[in-house]
Amino acid sequence: MAKGVWIVAEQRDGALRKVSFEIASAARKLADDLGDEVCAVLVGSGVEGLAPELAKYGVDKVYVADDAVFADYTTDGYSAAVAKVVKENDAAILLLGSSVQGKDLSASLAGKLATGLASDCVEVSIADGKLLALRPMYAGKCFGEIVIDTTPQMAALRPNVFAMVENAKAGEVVKFDAGVAAGDLKTTVVETQKDTSGKVDLTEANAIVSGGRGMKGPEGYAILEELADVLGAAVGASRAAVDAGWRPQSDQVGQTGKVVSPNLYIACGISGAIQHLAGMSSSKYIVAVNKDEEAPIFAKADYGIVDDLFKVVPEITAEAKKIL
Amino acid sequence: MNIVACVKQVPDTEALIKVKPDGTGIDEGGIKWVMNPYDEFGVEEALKLKEAQGGEVTVVSAGPARAMESIRTALAMGAEKGVHICDAALDNADEYNTAAALAAAIKEINPDIIFCGQRAIDDDSAQVGSILAELLGIPVVTIVTKFDPEDGKIKVIKPIEGAQLVIESTLPCVVTAQKGLNEPRYASLPGIMKAKKKPVDVKDAAALGISIEPKARLAKMTPPPERAPGKIIAGDDPAAKAAELVKLLREEAKVI
Repeated sequence: MAKGVWIVAEQRDGALRKVSFEIASAARKLADDLGDEVCAVLVGSGVEGLAPELAKYGVDKVYVADDAVFADYTTDGYSAAVAKVVKENDAAILLLGSSVQGKDLSASLAGKLATGLASDCVEVSIADGKLLALRPMYAGKCFGEIVIDTTPQMAALRPNVFAMVENAKAGEVVKFDAGVAAGDLKTTVVETQKDTSGKVDLTEANAIVSGGRGMKGPEGYAILEELADVLGAAVGASRAAVDAGWRPQSDQVGQTGKVVSPNLYIACGISGAIQHLAGMSSSKYIVAVNKDEEAPIFAKADYGIVDDLFKVVPEITAEAKKIL
Repeated sequence: MNIVACVKQVPDTEALIKVKPDGTGIDEGGIKWVMNPYDEFGVEEALKLKEAQGGEVTVVSAGPARAMESIRTALAMGAEKGVHICDAALDNADEYNTAAALAAAIKEINPDIIFCGQRAIDDDSAQVGSILAELLGIPVVTIVTKFDPEDGKIKVIKPIEGAQLVIESTLPCVVTAQKGLNEPRYASLPGIMKAKKKPVDVKDAAALGISIEPKARLAKMTPPPERAPGKIIAGDDPAAKAAELVKLLREEAKVI
């Protein structure tokens, strides 16, 4: 019978990414509800030493595939390794983070394991002994409760939504041979072009200050950059601003941009079209600054200021400077 | 080159989505249907590749009868022919079975490369392109923002958090298209007229020799959870309101 709540830990440049601890914590809770254990799969090169960090967040066993062939993430390499160990151990549940890598890896694994996968989940629980996953659909205009009828039951969890809960377990390391040789790989990473701006990726930012059509042009973003600086936040943009050429595509938050879930999202001059909400409705706290009191964003905001953002935002910066 | 572009017909992004009272799905009444925006990037890249290297583009779609409109749109953009997988049993199929149906049709075409959108904006799953690749036994590169064919392989750019990866893949492979890959062309009027005469094969599950084996199911669909109502900070003085906001963010929300 299938057993074990498994996760695929995500590491990069020798460190585990935060989402690994989020999914470990979520897995721990599911395992406790089932009376089962949490197993992590850790694939990489020179990564065995990361296992104790996973143990801290409730992982009982860490299955490690450590080989130079895994130095860079490749879909084919990593999915072969994970599929092998998960199949051999007849995992009941398999969780990944819905990061860029996790989205890619989880989908290929669903194909390899011929199983169902609930993508970009905001909640997981056990109902009648099975995984029940809740996920936004139609750009968050509705939500779906998904049940997987095959094993492993797979779910990819949205980053920054699930709490990291420390719960020290053994984290026993079990090394396994993934059976992947360099010659087997059909894709190769030829180059990694790191973003040198020093900016935090929007999907990983704890706070975001975002601007829309109301910014009136690229120069308007200077006041958002100042506020972001003081708050240690990243700067985002709505589609209108990106389409107008004021901000790059990589800054776009929304249905055809990035999905973000920061602790704080400050929307300035953004009306709150449903396509924008699709990208930020997971934010813990939403602030809206807009001179149009009818703007739909106010219905979603925890705090709103109806006023000219060019007057208000610099004042917020000044006030924040006093206490930060 | 023998090129395939997969398309899905989805509700327009402006569509008002209502959940059916029984929670089994959305109310399709009054919805405007369009080609999935991400699939447009895939079709456009397929057409650019054909124009550069010669060959033909076959557009493949799994969907109910109305999905034919999206196939015709791709043909109007310049694809040569289409395959419409149409079977009631597939209408609410999960991602795996949708990919299996596409794989069965595409195997017969035996293409050099397959373009998909990175995800469909109705289910937002981002799975079918990858599962399709697995079922065909070929590699996949997802969320691609730049595509360059080279001799017998391809080179793409894929954005990840904080970086861009330059990835090479052997052919055949699946590429899933991200916004920014290209600017999809509009179908011209002559293109639309020509599209009406281009051949589209309609196949059902039996014709493809597939049986549907459900793996994931939508147990219930619900409206989005309500956020607790927020507060509009009262007053006329921007400085005073800003001060109040910062106080609330620190003391009440505790986020700064």
